[in-house]
Amino acid sequence: MSKSHMLALFNDFDEASAAIRELKASNLEGFDLKDVTLKSPIEHPEIEELLGKRPVYVQLFTFFGATFGALLGFLFISSAQATFLMQPKGGKPIIPIPPDMVLTYELFILGGVYITVLGFFIGAKLPMKRHKLYNARVSEDQIGILIKAEDTAMPAIKDLFTKHRALEIIGEGGK
Amino acid sequence: MINTFEEREVEVERRFVRKEKDIREDIAWAKINSDVLRSLERPRMLFWVIFLGSLALFMFGVSCEIYQYETGLGVANLDNPQVWGLYIATFIFWIGMSHSGTLLSAILHLMHADWRKPIYRFAEAMTTFSLMTAGLFVMVHLGRVWQFYYVVAYPNERWTWPNFQSPLVWDATAIFTYLTSSMIFLYIGMIPDLAICRDNATGFRKRFYTFLSLGWMGTDRQWANFRVTYLTVACFLIPLAVSVHSIVATDFAVSQQPGWHITSFPPYFVAGALYSGCAAIITLFIVLRYVFRFEEYMTMPILEKTAKLTFAISMVWTYLNLVEYSATWYGDDMYAKQALIYRATGDYAVFWWSMNFLGSVVPFTLAFKKLRNHIPTMLVVSILLNVGMWLERWMIVSPTFANGIYPWTMDHDQWPAWVQWGMVAGSFGWFNMLFMLFCKIFPSVSMYEVKEMVYHRSLHTKAHGEPSVNHELAAEGGTAS
Repeated sequence: MSKSHMLALFNDFDEASAAIRELKASNLEGFDLKDVTLKSPIEHPEIEELLGKRPVYVQLFTFFGATFGALLGFLFISSAQATFLMQPKGGKPIIPIPPDMVLTYELFILGGVYITVLGFFIGAKLPMKRHKLYNARVSEDQIGILIKAEDTAMPAIKDLFTKHRALEIIGEGGK
Repeated sequence: MINTFEEREVEVERRFVRKEKDIREDIAWAKINSDVLRSLERPRMLFWVIFLGSLALFMFGVSCEIYQYETGLGVANLDNPQVWGLYIATFIFWIGMSHSGTLLSAILHLMHADWRKPIYRFAEAMTTFSLMTAGLFVMVHLGRVWQFYYVVAYPNERWTWPNFQSPLVWDATAIFTYLTSSMIFLYIGMIPDLAICRDNATGFRKRFYTFLSLGWMGTDRQWANFRVTYLTVACFLIPLAVSVHSIVATDFAVSQQPGWHITSFPPYFVAGALYSGCAAIITLFIVLRYVFRFEEYMTMPILEKTAKLTFAISMVWTYLNLVEYSATWYGDDMYAKQALIYRATGDYAVFWWSMNFLGSVVPFTLAFKKLRNHIPTMLVVSILLNVGMWLERWMIVSPTFANGIYPWTMDHDQWPAWVQWGMVAGSFGWFNMLFMLFCKIFPSVSMYEVKEMVYHRSLHTKAHGEPSVNHELAAEGGTAS
């Protein structure tokens, strides 16, 4: 069975969340909650909770970025100093830990920030081409629910959106 | 005239219980978009006056640099022992200025102070452009700019190699990290707004914003990743900002020069940085509010909160200043004490006393509600505070060079030449020019965060069922609910 997309626009979060709640409870055949995407002008964790757990892996990127940044920083600085083993150091250590910690700390942050941002791009799938059902009003003041479902389930979903006072319902072939 | 009991209750509530709201809760989201997008198209005439004035100042600075490049550092009257002059003083000033963005974006973000939302974007831009301006002075003060590559770490035949144990190398690394991280933070935070610009622009602008917004659609997945990323980068930026100015302070504090070898320098520098940054936020707040007609977003309660924050930080700075003076005065280092006496009574006395007056006395104007709500006063005070903070940096650098430990390091006849002053003025032109350009090309008020602010506050009002305020009283200075 082929699947298609449908976008419903709502005036506010209450109506959109009521629609999602009912969709969740409906157990419609040919429809899966993981195929629901909420589009909104602001972040809204409460309504995102309704959609179920959608893990974010940015923190893992942060952890590895910061760790590797610190390690690489320390190794780079240490090896840069160790190049001059032949130089008289006057009893001082070749790799002095306290001053090297400053640069290690800076590179810890540098690595952490850069790789966190990389994680964001991967997690948010950016850059991406805009979906054909994207509507500019979502960036203004309306809430969009984008559904991907089997064609047989679409009429029931459309009825449900209409019941919840969707301002506009757009299918892949137009309205 | 108050007649009835109800009217008296409303008046009492207006005066003593309810504070004026930071922002109106009934602003339509579409209006937020249109107001901010309008700022990208039709600013007031003052915008062009500031922009062209800044461009002229910048060009003057560039011509000073060309003259110095062609002739040598002597034209700036920089020679032993006075080797840094205004260049490094101004470098510290601009590094300090950059801390305001981190304060407003990161620290207040973590503290859930949502009043920062309409003003943090331009503060972040300030951070980025301040750092770009500061970086120029590192180059300029070298004199032989064309030999900058000598300090870069790569295998070479000159037997030169950076000393990684030197605070100057820490400085370069910290500033590079701070600059790139701030730019990333600014850009990431702007992506949802760039998508709004994309959706409303046409022609070349549409292509430009489409490229920068990376196809953002505001999906739940994007928001969830955005939220974690923004918070994480904010957490990194706070210790980074503190480390940057601590390291700049260490450039001085680890030396044996009188007046610099002071334990409290790192916190003193950080406090000074936050102080000058906050004062600059007030200045630019007032300018942007007028130039881009942002009266509904950059409101008086927000200005008042910023002023209170500035006052608090000014007192921290004053305390640390007094700690420095008293530690030197009662300490055992006669050279440091002589340097302090020289600052207060020698060639730089006028500037040193002005710094203390502007930095520690003038901020008391911020303690008065009436003055905090008077825009012209706030504009003048914020500029004076920054003059004081610039003088502070000059008073750290130059008097010590003019009055070192040995007699041959005591040279009191090295007043900065016009070339130095020209380049300082040019740096202000460069900063203002970049800043105004930014505000013309990118939304200087965060649209999605203002929407969030309005949304959450209206929910809060609904939940707590606040009574509506008499509209006549609201017109007098209260708020309409």
